[in-house]
Amino acid sequence: MLQIKPILAALKRHKAGTLLIAMQIALTLAIVCNALFIIQQRVDRISRPTGMDENNVLAIQNRWVSVDGKDTAPLIKADVQALRQTSGVQDAFATNSFPLRGGGWSTGVNLAPKNEGKSAAQTTLYFVDEHALATYGAQLIAGRNFTADEVITADPKDIKSTPQVIITKALADKLYPKGDALGKQLYLGGKDIPPSTIIGIVARLQVPWNGTWSDNFNDNAMLLPVQLTSNYTIYLIRAKPGQLADVVKSAPATLLKTSRMRVISGERAVRTYDQVRGDAYKNDRGMAILMGVICVILLAITAAGIVGLTSFWVGQRRKQIGVRRALGATKRDILSYFLTENLMIGVAGVVIGVGLAIGMNLWMVSQFEMARLSVLYVVVGVVALLLLGQAAVLAPAMRAAKVPPVEATRSV
Amino acid sequence: MFTYYLELALRSLRRNKVLTALMVVAIALGIGACMTTLTVLHVLSGDPIPSKSARLFYPQLDPQDMDGYREGEEPPEQLTWVDGMNLLKAKRARRQALMTGGAVPVQPAQADVEPFFSDSRYTTADFFAMFDAPFLYGQGWNEADDDSKARVAVITRKLNEKLFGGKDSRGQVVRLKDTPFRVVGVLDDWRPNPHFYDLNVGNYTESEEVFVPLSTSRDLTLPRNGSTDCWGRGGGNDGDHMENATCVWMQFWVELASAADAPAYKAFLENYSREQKTLGRFQRPVNVRLRNVMEWLDQEKVVPSDVRLQSWLAIGFLVVCLVNTVGLMLAKFLRRAGELGVRRALGASKREIFKQLLIEAGVVGLAGGVCGLVLAFLGLWLVRQQPADYASLARLDLAMLGATFALAVGSSVAAGLLPALRACQVAPALQLKSQ
Repeated sequence: MLQIKPILAALKRHKAGTLLIAMQIALTLAIVCNALFIIQQRVDRISRPTGMDENNVLAIQNRWVSVDGKDTAPLIKADVQALRQTSGVQDAFATNSFPLRGGGWSTGVNLAPKNEGKSAAQTTLYFVDEHALATYGAQLIAGRNFTADEVITADPKDIKSTPQVIITKALADKLYPKGDALGKQLYLGGKDIPPSTIIGIVARLQVPWNGTWSDNFNDNAMLLPVQLTSNYTIYLIRAKPGQLADVVKSAPATLLKTSRMRVISGERAVRTYDQVRGDAYKNDRGMAILMGVICVILLAITAAGIVGLTSFWVGQRRKQIGVRRALGATKRDILSYFLTENLMIGVAGVVIGVGLAIGMNLWMVSQFEMARLSVLYVVVGVVALLLLGQAAVLAPAMRAAKVPPVEATRSV
Repeated sequence: MFTYYLELALRSLRRNKVLTALMVVAIALGIGACMTTLTVLHVLSGDPIPSKSARLFYPQLDPQDMDGYREGEEPPEQLTWVDGMNLLKAKRARRQALMTGGAVPVQPAQADVEPFFSDSRYTTADFFAMFDAPFLYGQGWNEADDDSKARVAVITRKLNEKLFGGKDSRGQVVRLKDTPFRVVGVLDDWRPNPHFYDLNVGNYTESEEVFVPLSTSRDLTLPRNGSTDCWGRGGGNDGDHMENATCVWMQFWVELASAADAPAYKAFLENYSREQKTLGRFQRPVNVRLRNVMEWLDQEKVVPSDVRLQSWLAIGFLVVCLVNTVGLMLAKFLRRAGELGVRRALGASKREIFKQLLIEAGVVGLAGGVCGLVLAFLGLWLVRQQPADYASLARLDLAMLGATFALAVGSSVAAGLLPALRACQVAPALQLKSQ
């Protein structure tokens, strides 16, 4: 550390080079911090649980043909019966949507009749029957499941509310923060719409969407005991452990055997939950991977730049190094000279870089849907870049340390 | 002199191959990343109908009640059936079309082809002429068909191949939701990007395969896709009462003779709103918008924010790569101060030295640019393998190819300029002395 003065004097002679390296470190720090932060955000998003037994669940999207939406009730009933009897199937039910599907119903919930204005909570609606909980593999933490005679058959446009509902814990806590939601009532509309009683609470069930707009009600879901008649039906099927692959083949075949008045085609018609999850988060995963790749390449280029520039400086100063060695400097002194020099440039770079990183993040907050950068990422980035600099400079510095004292006596 | 300098440059670059490779790779990666993301951005923010985009307008009205009214807010993104029909019938523009999207079951005549669903567009007659949709066979329907709820359909080339083996299928029958429709026209390949006339069904979605008159679709209540926003007593869910519902769910486009007619049409919309307010249908103060295609796409923020973020990131990446190359090149040139000093002493002017160094920098830049172009092609190929619906559009067009080239040359010269300028300042006497 005693060498700071001579180092500064030496750097003054290489102003442009020093400045460029510092700038490169600063820019790399700014980009890497923000990229790491974006990766972390996306990974958080991707790893949100749905609350389901995802390893064994399969979804089939079915459209009815040559039959009116109003008349599909008996067909759906027959389908569900047939599916439950298919070998390898643990349970199955028909519904309007499921977690991560991408499209579904959302509505406001209130503790009193209310038509307009801000509601107490936002939730998604899943229309299900008494087999839903067993099929999801969702955990009922309070109350009871629906009974078969509570399940009604209805047209989507006639449904306003049902006497019983099961809600997720997140929604229950939002409506009744004291934790006494079970048995209480909630309202899905104005005075003319009858209230619903909360008969059960499940630990978790995600909404059908994964965009940022649904982030603030991601786990607010409500199950209503309704068999919808519609020209579009979704079957959720839970296979017995280890039999998912067989059910993927047998379930659509079973449905087609039951009735041919349907279309089950397109790449999203039959999907295991692995595929559902992959489809839902493909953009987030792509972005995270891209950010990761860019980070690695940036760090590699910066490291290579430091190696290259330091090598030049070492080559340029061979004579001076020789003189210092002849005057009694140890190899260690030479090594530490270059390490200190790099550390000084690095520190200057990261100081500017921290400012740049924060500025870049603030700009992104204003332009994109982004959160504020947490200090942790900046600290990690700073440490990483300083270490990277030291590692990069090590090889040229060792070469410098090997310069023999006799170099001082040679001209050119 | 140029060839001599070129030879000098190549010799100097060969002397330190690792370093040369590092500089070339850094520039190539920067340019490759930049061009890939900028090409995607360029494709996604392109003009879907360049010949007319300045004359096509998307009128918006505010028919909602006073609940939740806040001054200065945007009117709804779509129209109600009543307003759509009123504006359509008013015929104040050169062409106008009222439309919505859906999906219909197609039941082929051949026994061996299972029924399937096709995306459909329910629209009025002007649609095809207004959007310059190219016909392979036949043409669209006319206003009389709209009025008589005719069972006629226009299908795309792709569907025509599937159903009729690509033959001229005019007059043939296609069964949609158990109803026979007569094919009146077959569209040639047509995919406006973005899918500007209805963004509810996906910003970059392919165009629909079946087109039928709006009146017919309502008559048969063909299944509808898209967004419906209701207020007040609403109107329920896609039932038979959508015509009277207090919901917006229709898209309405007009083609004006020239962009200069827009103020007049906007005045008409304002008058219409005022009139509806006196009639008691509208309650809010007059709040209309009239945007042309590009303004509408801007307003709807069609370009995914991830794509914009990636472009900025790539530009940052290129800057780091350039800074890196400038640093290395500078060190390299200054290392040769002795050699340059000799040349200066022998009579070369600063200008000549500068030229020599710039050529060396240019060679690095050019190599980096060419490799960058290859990387950009590779990057775009990778993008096309992605499952996003815009993936297949990611191709380098001539404009972007030119831009890549300009970027490559520009950045290499930029990277060479500073080091060359700095190095040609070498004082010959000093250099010679220190030898």
